[in-house]
Amino acid sequence: MAKQIDYKQRAMPKQEPFERVKNFDEVALGYTETLAQEEASRCLGCKRPFCTQGCPVAVDIPGFIQCIVDGDFAGGIRKIKETNALPAVCGRVCPQEEQCEQVCVLGKKGDPVSIGRLERFLADWEAASGATETPDIAPPTGKRIAIVGSGPAGVTVANDLALLGHEVVIYEALHDAGGVLTYGIPEFRLPKAIVKREVEYVKSLGVKLYTDYIVGKTKTIDKLGDEFDAIFIAAGAGLPWFLEIPGENLNGVYSANEYLTRCNLMKGFRFPEYDTPIKRPSNVAVFGGGNVAMDSARTALRLGADEVHIVYRRSRSELPAREEEVENAEEEGVIFDFLTLPIRLNGNEHGWLTSLECLKMELGEPDDSGRRRPVPIEGSEFIMPVDAAVCSIGNSPNPLIPMTTPGLEVGRKGNIVADEETGKTSRDAIWAGGDVVTGAATVISAMGAGRNAAKDIHEYLSKK
Amino acid sequence: MFQIIERRMIVPNLHELVVEAPDIAQAAQPGNFIIVRPDEYGERTPLSVADWDREAGTVTSIFMQVGGSTAKLARLKPGDSMPSCAGPLGKDTEIENFGTVLCVGGCYGIGSLYPVACALKEAGNKVYTLLEGRSSYLLYWQDRFAEVSERVIEVTRDGTAGYKGHISRLAEILTLEKIQPDLIIVNGCTFLMMKTSKVTEPMGCKTIVNMNPIMIDGTGMCGVCRLTVAGKMKFACVDGPDFNGHEVDWEEFLKRRQTYNPEEVHPLRKSGCASHF
Repeated sequence: MAKQIDYKQRAMPKQEPFERVKNFDEVALGYTETLAQEEASRCLGCKRPFCTQGCPVAVDIPGFIQCIVDGDFAGGIRKIKETNALPAVCGRVCPQEEQCEQVCVLGKKGDPVSIGRLERFLADWEAASGATETPDIAPPTGKRIAIVGSGPAGVTVANDLALLGHEVVIYEALHDAGGVLTYGIPEFRLPKAIVKREVEYVKSLGVKLYTDYIVGKTKTIDKLGDEFDAIFIAAGAGLPWFLEIPGENLNGVYSANEYLTRCNLMKGFRFPEYDTPIKRPSNVAVFGGGNVAMDSARTALRLGADEVHIVYRRSRSELPAREEEVENAEEEGVIFDFLTLPIRLNGNEHGWLTSLECLKMELGEPDDSGRRRPVPIEGSEFIMPVDAAVCSIGNSPNPLIPMTTPGLEVGRKGNIVADEETGKTSRDAIWAGGDVVTGAATVISAMGAGRNAAKDIHEYLSKK
Repeated sequence: MFQIIERRMIVPNLHELVVEAPDIAQAAQPGNFIIVRPDEYGERTPLSVADWDREAGTVTSIFMQVGGSTAKLARLKPGDSMPSCAGPLGKDTEIENFGTVLCVGGCYGIGSLYPVACALKEAGNKVYTLLEGRSSYLLYWQDRFAEVSERVIEVTRDGTAGYKGHISRLAEILTLEKIQPDLIIVNGCTFLMMKTSKVTEPMGCKTIVNMNPIMIDGTGMCGVCRLTVAGKMKFACVDGPDFNGHEVDWEEFLKRRQTYNPEEVHPLRKSGCASHF
């Protein structure tokens, strides 16, 4: 008899909103074995799976899902790790709804298979079982590769090239590895213990990691070039953008990079146990509508704010953040001020932010991005009392390497110019990927860029 | 981990810290800073480099004990180690033959001014050094500066060394000393840099200041070190820390530096006499 099609996705247990806004623990709790097997059983096991094509690193999705159905969890995680070094991270922060899950056949009539949650389930199962397998590593090639940055792009390249037998050294500018996974994404969405675990796994493949090492400053790319056969630059995000409205240098105005780094990397939420302070304001406005804005707003709630507003100039349907994150923010009580444009920040005589002046907008004709352009409504100015504002409208790529590497082609926005397919830069034996090339993007797209660059670097080294 | 070679209080509340960090020692230039963390709970603390020894692989900084993390730094002993020491960061101080240069230093800035003075001397400049402090016991390294300067001038608030008063007397002192600088470089607390810039502006003498805002990563990522220079937003960690003192919005800068004053003194509350009785 043909299999009964089950169109209903299994929900993943979460901490209750009133509970979770009081702590920094992970919000989503993960599937139990029973839930995971129920959800996995929904997969139709397509012969030509669109989901795998939809994945930037081409994980064998039906393969690992079948393993879950069979109860072979070790086999499942092995399958994922053939192409993805960071399953516990990707299972949590990938925008699956725009990738693998978007093209799932089940999604046409009902809910797609919850691929991300199943990936997370296997990664967490492996960590809990304590028996992390190390895959076979090719014999040493004698080739040395330097990787700049230990974020998603850098770690992916390190993983791939280490497995191929190359000697890999990662240089990280900050004191903890993980890049944006560590300084940017909050604990309640991606626990740092998980990032640590995934970085340790890559180190177990023989990859060396130096923290507090700022390539471009401690040592230039050119000097590194004397010691290595190839270099991959994944230096990540750079200077934050501001709205360029009056008052942005008032005390109490933060970039999201600063706000989140204080909290996540420096553990400001545990001040004074940790030395780095973070303010605990009562009325917070967050500018922007992406995942980073959601992270900032939800962080502010957990730091004890009475009211947190997301001030966004377009409407809800244009929010670039993942639907799941928007829902989480709504459940937790973040107030969304759509079609609202911040125009001025006002302060007191001591230079502290006291209020925010805004303008109401309405949607007009579509702009270049295809989204309807927000147009100001005349005379709609209003004032909102706030004692903190977080600007979360993006950032430029990190400037340190372009500033100190002659001959490296740099684009108009300060990004390193790299081939879209291979990540190759204008300089011999140098590749680049992730935010330093694209500007702020997703974890998985950085990993995809890393995967492609690793392939090209390996080919280059094999011919050398 | 980075080994501490030396840590001693050179004048009240100012400490000299010598760290083993060979790659940083190789790359260090005048005007640069490093970011240190005294322990795993510590703040990322930016310290200007005051000296380096490329052969021995060491970097020297002078720091003032202010908050929790600098208190921890002040407790380090030779043989101890700290988990973070990153750098050298920031653009190098521009060094060329300007002619006559007046180097003005105060507080921890006397330390970072030293490599600047040395480099200026080596580039062929006539270097004069002016050290400013509340009292003579807060000045240091006069002998080092004497080796690279035509003269070392002291200015103290209480008159216990050199001229009595403070930097607002600069124009008068320059006349008395018969110095006509082509460039002035100031390293020190925000007040010294601001005051110097204010008195040199009417003199029309270009004045470079080594800014010291709050920082976190120090690598051009977080944006907390922003300041307004010539009406534009600049980031001290990658655009500076050297800027033209006549173009800095000092009032805004001073306010931004005070953002975390209440938190900074938090650890000190525990150390007051009252808590021991």
